[in-house]
Amino acid sequence: MTYRNDPYDPKQVALLDQSSLDDAVAQAEKAFADATDVDALTAVKHQHLGDRAAVSLARREIGALPPRAKSDAGKRVNEARARIQSAFEARLVDLEADRARKALVEESVDVTLPWDRHPRGARHPLTTLMDRIGDLFVGMGYEIAEGPELELEWANFDALNIAPDHPARTMMDTFYVASARAGTGGSGLVLRTHTSPVQARTMLTRKPPIYVVCPGRVYRTDELDATHTPVFHQVEGLVVDKGITMAHLKGTLDHFARAMFGPEAATRLRPSYFPFTEPSAELDLWFPQARGGARWIEWGGCGMVNPRVLRSCGVDPDLYSGFAFGMGIERTLMFRHGVTDMRDMVEGDVRFTRAFGMEV
Amino acid sequence: MKVPVSWLREYVDAPLDPDVLEAALVRVGLEVEEIVDLRQTVGGPLVVGQVAAITELTEFKKPIRHVLVDVGEAEPRSIVCGATNFAIGDKVAVILPGGVLPGGFTIASRQTYGHLSDGMICSARELGLGDDTGPASTAAGILVLPSDVDPVGSDARPVVGLDEIVVELNVTPDRGYCFSVRGVARELSHSLGVKFRDPGAREIPAPTRKPPYPITVADPIGCDRFVARLVTGIDPTEPSPGWLRRRLTLAGVRPISLSVDITNYLMLELGQPMHAFDAARLRGPLVVRRAKAGERLTTLDGVNRALDAEDLVIVDDSGVISLAAVMGGATTEVSATTTDILFEAAHWDPVAVARAARRHRLPSEASRRFERGVDPAMGPVAIERAVELLTRYAGGSVDERVLDINTVAPREPIVIASDGPSRVAGVSYPAKRVTALLKEIGAHVAAAGTGRLAVTPPTWRPDLTDPADLAEEVIRLDGYDKLPSELPVAPPGNGLTPEQRRRRSVGRTLAEVGYVEVLSYPFVSPAAADSLGLSRDDPRRDAVRLANPLSVEEPLMRTTLLPPLLATLRRNVGRGSRDIALFEQGLVFHPISGAGAPPSMGVDRRPTDVEFAVSDAVLPRQPWHVAAVLAGEFEPTGWWGSGRQGSWADAIEAARIVCAAADVSARVRSASYAPWHPGRCAEIVVDGAVVGHAGELHKAVCAAFDLPKRTCAMELDLDALPLPPVTPAPTVSTFPPALIDVALVVDAAVPAAEVEAALVDGAGELLEAVRLFDVFTGAQVGQGRKSLAYKLTFRAADRTLTAEEAVAARDAAVAVAAERFSATLRGA
Repeated sequence: MTYRNDPYDPKQVALLDQSSLDDAVAQAEKAFADATDVDALTAVKHQHLGDRAAVSLARREIGALPPRAKSDAGKRVNEARARIQSAFEARLVDLEADRARKALVEESVDVTLPWDRHPRGARHPLTTLMDRIGDLFVGMGYEIAEGPELELEWANFDALNIAPDHPARTMMDTFYVASARAGTGGSGLVLRTHTSPVQARTMLTRKPPIYVVCPGRVYRTDELDATHTPVFHQVEGLVVDKGITMAHLKGTLDHFARAMFGPEAATRLRPSYFPFTEPSAELDLWFPQARGGARWIEWGGCGMVNPRVLRSCGVDPDLYSGFAFGMGIERTLMFRHGVTDMRDMVEGDVRFTRAFGMEV
Repeated sequence: MKVPVSWLREYVDAPLDPDVLEAALVRVGLEVEEIVDLRQTVGGPLVVGQVAAITELTEFKKPIRHVLVDVGEAEPRSIVCGATNFAIGDKVAVILPGGVLPGGFTIASRQTYGHLSDGMICSARELGLGDDTGPASTAAGILVLPSDVDPVGSDARPVVGLDEIVVELNVTPDRGYCFSVRGVARELSHSLGVKFRDPGAREIPAPTRKPPYPITVADPIGCDRFVARLVTGIDPTEPSPGWLRRRLTLAGVRPISLSVDITNYLMLELGQPMHAFDAARLRGPLVVRRAKAGERLTTLDGVNRALDAEDLVIVDDSGVISLAAVMGGATTEVSATTTDILFEAAHWDPVAVARAARRHRLPSEASRRFERGVDPAMGPVAIERAVELLTRYAGGSVDERVLDINTVAPREPIVIASDGPSRVAGVSYPAKRVTALLKEIGAHVAAAGTGRLAVTPPTWRPDLTDPADLAEEVIRLDGYDKLPSELPVAPPGNGLTPEQRRRRSVGRTLAEVGYVEVLSYPFVSPAAADSLGLSRDDPRRDAVRLANPLSVEEPLMRTTLLPPLLATLRRNVGRGSRDIALFEQGLVFHPISGAGAPPSMGVDRRPTDVEFAVSDAVLPRQPWHVAAVLAGEFEPTGWWGSGRQGSWADAIEAARIVCAAADVSARVRSASYAPWHPGRCAEIVVDGAVVGHAGELHKAVCAAFDLPKRTCAMELDLDALPLPPVTPAPTVSTFPPALIDVALVVDAAVPAAEVEAALVDGAGELLEAVRLFDVFTGAQVGQGRKSLAYKLTFRAADRTLTAEEAVAARDAAVAVAAERFSATLRGA
C-alpha cells in the first residue's frame, strides 16, 4: 500500500483526537438513520465513508504523527471507520428489507375472490357408497363379484330355490324380457330382481373358499315415488367355506355395521324367510346417529346359504357351508345421510349430487 | 293377517302390552306390520249410562233433546243431544267431561241450547268404530247398548268393543300356518314359553260308509283330502252372532251371512279354507277333477271365466260349480233363502292353486293359504266346528253321515345329525335340547343310530322338508339373539380387478374435471332411435324389449347411454342449471340375434359348463359404457372475464381423458356417426378399433330431444378398451433441450393429428415432445390452406445436442410432413 505524503497542515491534526472521531461516527450514524430509503442512504454514504469523509481525512493525518503515536491513532481511526461502515450496512439491510416489504404490500390482492374457473364435478353418492363398501370388504380379503343385470331366469330364481310356482316369484315384481319371437313362450330372461343371482354365478365359476361382495343394480316393477324406485342398488355378500356358521354371519355384519356407522353400531337378526337361505334372518341395524335418536332400522336380509342352492351350483353341502347377506344401497344412503325422498337419488339433479362431492 | 288379541288369548296367554307382544312375535320371525290398541283410541271416562228422562226441545230448527242420564252418580247428568233414536231406559255409552274422542276432540261441560251439557252420548262413529264393529244396535245415531250390559257407571269400552288390540302381521311364504289364529298362537307359545291350547285338537267322527252327498275325487294328486257334511233345515234369517261379526270385522273380513261367516271364521281360526254350498242348488253328484277345454265358470265376483285344462274344479251335472281353492261359483252360492248347507273342507295341491290364482289373476284368502301350505289334518276339524256353529245359531239338523276322502301321504321322517343345528349356528346345542325344541314345534323325534335323529315334522309344517329347515327351527326357538359374533378370516384376496379399477378411475377423473355423475333408468322409447337419427339398419335399433314395462312408452332397454342421459340433462336445464356437464357409466343391452330362450336347466344338480355356456350365450350382450354430455358454459364467466362455452372439443377431450384414465393411448379421427353433427364428430380409436364417438350433437338431435343448442356428447365402450400393459418407465435425460418452432402450411382439410404424427415419425428418437401452439388461416397462407405452428423439443439421453443436430432432426420431421401432406414451411 502506498501512501501519499501530503503537505502537513497542523490545523487538521485535530481530526485525530478521539472526540472528533466519535463525532464523525455519531454524525454518520445519524445521517444513515435519517435516510428513509436505499437511495437516500446511498446519497449520504459518500459523505461519511468517501474520500473527503472525516475518517478518511483523519487517516491522512496519521502520517504526521510521531512514530510511536501512529499505531494508536491508526487503530482508533480504523475502529471509527469500521463503526461507520457497519452502521451503513446495517441500515442498508433494514432499508432493503423495507423496500422488499413495501413491494410485497403493493402486490397484495383480495385472496377471497372466487376462482372457480374449472368447477369440479361429483360422483353419485350411490356409486361412492358402493365403492366404499367394496373397499371395506376387499380390505378383509373379499373380492368383488359381478353379473349381468339382464339375467337368466334360472340364475335369478331357479338356482336360488325359487321354483316357478313359488309365491316368492310373484312377490318379487319382476320385469320379464319379451320373447324375441312371438308365440314362443317366455324368453327365460329377466331384469335381475336382486343381486343374489351373482351368488349362483360365483359358485359356478369359482371354487371355495369364496369370499365375495357384489354391489350392483337391480330392478322391480315399482312405480317411482318417495320411497320406491323400479331401478335401485343392492350389495350382496357371499361366503362359502368349510365350517362357516351363523355366528360368522353375525360377526361379519357387526363389523360391517361398525365400519359404516361407527363403533356404537350393532346388528340384530330376526327370524325370517328367503328361499335361498336357511336359516334366514332379517337384519336390523342399531343406528346411533339416527335422526330423532338412536334406534333399530331395518337394513337387509341374510342367512345361511340353503344347501339346495349350494347343490344346484355345484358346491358339496356336506363339505362346505356358507352365508349370504344383502341390503339396499339407496336405503343405506337414505338413513345414513338423511335423504328423505327416493327421487332425489334418481332424477340426476346436479344440485343433489354435487353436495356429496367425491366422498360419502 | 290381522288378528284381534282376544282371539289369540283363547289359545295362548298372549301379553296385552303392545310392546311386549310385538317383541314376542318378532322374536320367532313374525313381522309385525302394525299393532292397533283400540283401548287407547278414546281417552278419559267412557261409561255405561241409562237414559232417565227426555225433554224434546222444539224451538230449534232441528230436533234437539235435553236428556238426563244416570251414570252411576248421585244425580243424573244433564246432556244435550241431537239424536232421537233412543228412549227412556235405554243404555248408552256416555263420555264425561275430560274425555277425549278419536281425532283429539276433548269433551267439556258447557251451556248449549239453553241447558247444561255435562258430557256426551256417543254414536259408533264418534267412538271411532265402524258400523259393524259393535255388538249393539248401530242404526243411525246413538249407539244403544243391549239392556243386559254391565251396570251404569262402569267402563263402557268392553261393551262397545274398545277393549281390543289388533295385530297385523306380514307372514312369510314358508309359514302358511301363520295365516291362522291357531298358527300365530302356537308361535307365541314358543316365543313366550307358555302353554298352547290347540283349537285343532278335537275329536272328530269317523267317516261313514255312505256319504252325506255323492262325491268323487277324480284327481287325488290335485286334491288329496275332501271332507264334507250336510246340515238341513236351518233358519236362513238368523244373523251371525255379534261376537263372530265383530271378530271378522277386526280381522278385516266383511260379515255376509251366517254360513259364509262361519266358513271365513274357521279359515281365520284354523287356517283351513272352506266352502258352503246351497245343497238344494246342487245338481247330481259332485266330481273333483281338472277342467276341460271350453269349460267356463261365473265366479262369486260375477266374472265369467274361461277355464284352463290345469284348473282344479268341482263339477255337478250342470257343469263346473267351483274353481277349487280359489273361488266358488255363483250358481250354488248360499242365498238369503238357503236352508240346506253342504260344507266342504278340502286339501288342494299348492302348485295347482298357485297357478290357477295367477292365471285368473284371482288371489283370494283361500288361494293365499293353499299356495303356502294348509294343514291337511284340519279339514275334518273345521267341518265339525262349522256344523256345530251353524246349528247353534240357525238350528236345522245335521246329517249323521260324514264324508272324508283322504289320500294324504304320511310324512317321511327327516334324518339329521343331532349336532347339525350346532354346526349351522356355531353354537353348541346338546342333543337333548335339539330334541326338545323340535318336539316343541310339534315334530315327532326318534333316535336313528348314533348321533342321528329321525324327525317327522307336524302336519301343519309342510315347509319343513330339509335338515336345514330343522336347523332353523332349533336356532330360531333357542333365539337368534343368542348367536355369538365371530369374524371369519378370508384367505388373501386379489383386490379389485383391472376392470373394476378402471371404472373407478374413469368415474373419479371425469368428476374431477367437472362432470357430475348421474344414474339414469335404462328404459327407452322406440322413438328414441328416430330422435337420435339412427339409420334404418343401425344395430342400436335392435333393443331388448320388456314384456311388462313400467311405462308402455318406454318398453326398450337402452342400447346407448345417451337417450336417458340427455333426458337428465334436459331436466337439469329445465330446473335452471344451464351450464351443465354430466356423465354416466353403466350397461347397455344388445340382444343376440336369432337367440331363442335359454334351454331349461334343473336345480337338482349343477348344470354342466356346456349347459351353462349355452344358456349364457342367449343373454344379451351387456357391455359397460361411459358417456358424457355438456351444454352451456364449460368454463364459467366470472370477475376474471367471460367464460367459455362447452364445445365439441370438450366432448372429445372427455373421451381422451377417459382413455388416459384407463391408461390407453387413443387416436382421434374425423367421423360421421349419429347422433353427432357430421362435421363435428370424432371417432376414438384404440389399437385400430373404434371404441366410441365424441363431438357436438346433430342440430336435429338437439331439436328432437329439446336440448340447448350445441349440446355435446361422447360415449365409449369401456369394455372395448384393452387393459393397459405394465407401464415401462421412461428415461429422463438431464441434458438441456433444444427447442425449435416450425409453422407448416397444409391444405385446410388435412387433420392436425396426422400432421403431428408425420412430424413424430420424421423427427426420430431425438424428439422429446411436440406441441401444436397455433392454428392460423387467412390470406397470408392462401385460400383453403392453414398454418399449423408446432413447438418441437429435442433432447438426447447422453449429450447436449448441437444446433446442427437439432436442425437436422427438425428438417427430417418437416420432410415427412412435406412428403405426406405437401406441407411447406411458413415463410420459407
